[in-house]
Amino acid sequence: MSELILLRHREITNLSHFRIYRDLGDGFKAFRKAVTRMEPGQVLNEVKESGLRGRGGAGFPTGVKWSFLPKDVFPRYVVANADESEPGTFKDREILESNPFQFLEGLMIAAYAVQANAAYVYLRGEFWQIAADLDRKIREMENAGLLGDKLFGTNYSLRLYTHLGAGAYICGEESALLESLEGKLGQPRLRPPFPAVAGLYAKPTVINNVETLANIPPIISKGAAWFRSFGTEKSPGTKIFCLSGRVNKPGNYELPLGTTFRSLIYEHGGGIIDDRPIKLIMPAGASSGLIVADDKALDTPMDYESVNALGTPLGSASMIIMDDTVGVDWLVNKTVRFFAHESCGKCTPCREGTYWMHHLTRRIHTGEATLADIDLLDDVAAQIQGKCLCALGEFSIMAVRSGIQQFRADFEARVGQLAGVEK
Amino acid sequence: MNSLLSKYSEEIEAILVKYPPERRRSAVMPLIYLAQRETGYINKQGMDEVAEIVGITSTDVASIVGFYTLYHESPGGKYRLQVCTDLPCALRGADEFLAKLCENVGVHVGETSADGLIAIEEVTCLAGCHRAPLFQVQTGDGISYHENQTVESAMRFIDEVRQREWERGASR
Repeated sequence: MSELILLRHREITNLSHFRIYRDLGDGFKAFRKAVTRMEPGQVLNEVKESGLRGRGGAGFPTGVKWSFLPKDVFPRYVVANADESEPGTFKDREILESNPFQFLEGLMIAAYAVQANAAYVYLRGEFWQIAADLDRKIREMENAGLLGDKLFGTNYSLRLYTHLGAGAYICGEESALLESLEGKLGQPRLRPPFPAVAGLYAKPTVINNVETLANIPPIISKGAAWFRSFGTEKSPGTKIFCLSGRVNKPGNYELPLGTTFRSLIYEHGGGIIDDRPIKLIMPAGASSGLIVADDKALDTPMDYESVNALGTPLGSASMIIMDDTVGVDWLVNKTVRFFAHESCGKCTPCREGTYWMHHLTRRIHTGEATLADIDLLDDVAAQIQGKCLCALGEFSIMAVRSGIQQFRADFEARVGQLAGVEK
Repeated sequence: MNSLLSKYSEEIEAILVKYPPERRRSAVMPLIYLAQRETGYINKQGMDEVAEIVGITSTDVASIVGFYTLYHESPGGKYRLQVCTDLPCALRGADEFLAKLCENVGVHVGETSADGLIAIEEVTCLAGCHRAPLFQVQTGDGISYHENQTVESAMRFIDEVRQREWERGASR
């Protein structure tokens, strides 16, 4: 096990307690250092130099994202995306529950770097208890003089607020999240303008994932060079890999970016249940294409570039593992059902397309389909591709198209098997 | 007369202060939760009252209630057991768990038990894939997680709920 930067609570008991985080976890020193001894631009540059990339899925360089805010337009906002809803993803929840102050401190440093005086934590509605806990922790920080007006005798003021969603995957998409935070339906906005220019309340806004923000305090304390000593040149740092599916030890594993699939699944995850052969990997939750788990794939380092070269992005590194008992026709029916349910209804290709794909995958899986339906499914997916307002629609076809392409026999067998005759 | 406002004036104040004064609409989501607190759902009057507080139409509030899955327009079970059956959970037996749970409670998915206490619902990912099968329990005033479940452990939880509710009823 390498050094734990984000999951330090596994080594420091009760790190979620204010005093423990402050005294044993070196807590709030990075925020104090930023506000009292660094110019906002210096903080931004340190994060830029660290090469930290967004951990929510897109992998976009965090410091660069911060630098997109137009000069001299105020107020500005920072919003933490704690809407974690991707099937297979449960990393932010562990940070929020067990190492919440490191995340909050990261959010506070981000706010200082872009000179925002208010920041919001948008949590999925299911994180009701976490939101209540964060509210108490925010009070504790206010009482300790870490939040409020004229912090540490400077002119900088900052307040944090939580905002609870109510069950909608789409609100993890940053422009839909902003709509929801404004009290509207969680539906994506047409871009441009991007949130950096016109975000929350049409003001310049930075939106970062929970895990991304939890990386910020150690970067400010220990420096960009230290951060770059983990991971690869283009994908520096550690990453929390969420391991789920048919493995013996599912869970969160914080490992340097560039660790191989094989190491995660077999060394850390204890291998496949009942020692069955591994069949395929979805590296970015339900939004992934399917990776055939051959030796070449298993020995591939899990960094943004290398995984992309296998035909699907690393995303949020939510590794769903399938063994040889899993039929791809069944799997695709599951993922499509999810996207059909979660489509926000705003744009036609996604709303209608996911509905019809679900119709077809169900028909295939229940044996009511013909071989022609497999091509029809691929055709519907192709018509969604590249035509949606946001990424949800694009995500919905990833497993479908790569599944039909690489595992067509699974679909054909299902059609033949349940129909009894080859149609 | 706005009964929500008179009943929860302090809480409403604490909600409104989170957002800029000219952006009261942002408070609509927490206010709907507040309106659901006692009964577990929001009725027409509740929507009217939320609308009045934030300064939008009741139709706007209704559209938001309809959009998000944790808002309910009709009474369901007092305890909504929401089971995730998405891919990672299904790979660890969530579909079988849900089917057997329904069988044991004597309801179909989406239905409420005859005593009005337990509803079994099928939901999408809850961010607990490594501890499947799991369900969350939504009541009017909160949500709790129940992970690494078996049908037996879930039925024990249901029995405890029923016992507690029975005692509460008997003590009145």
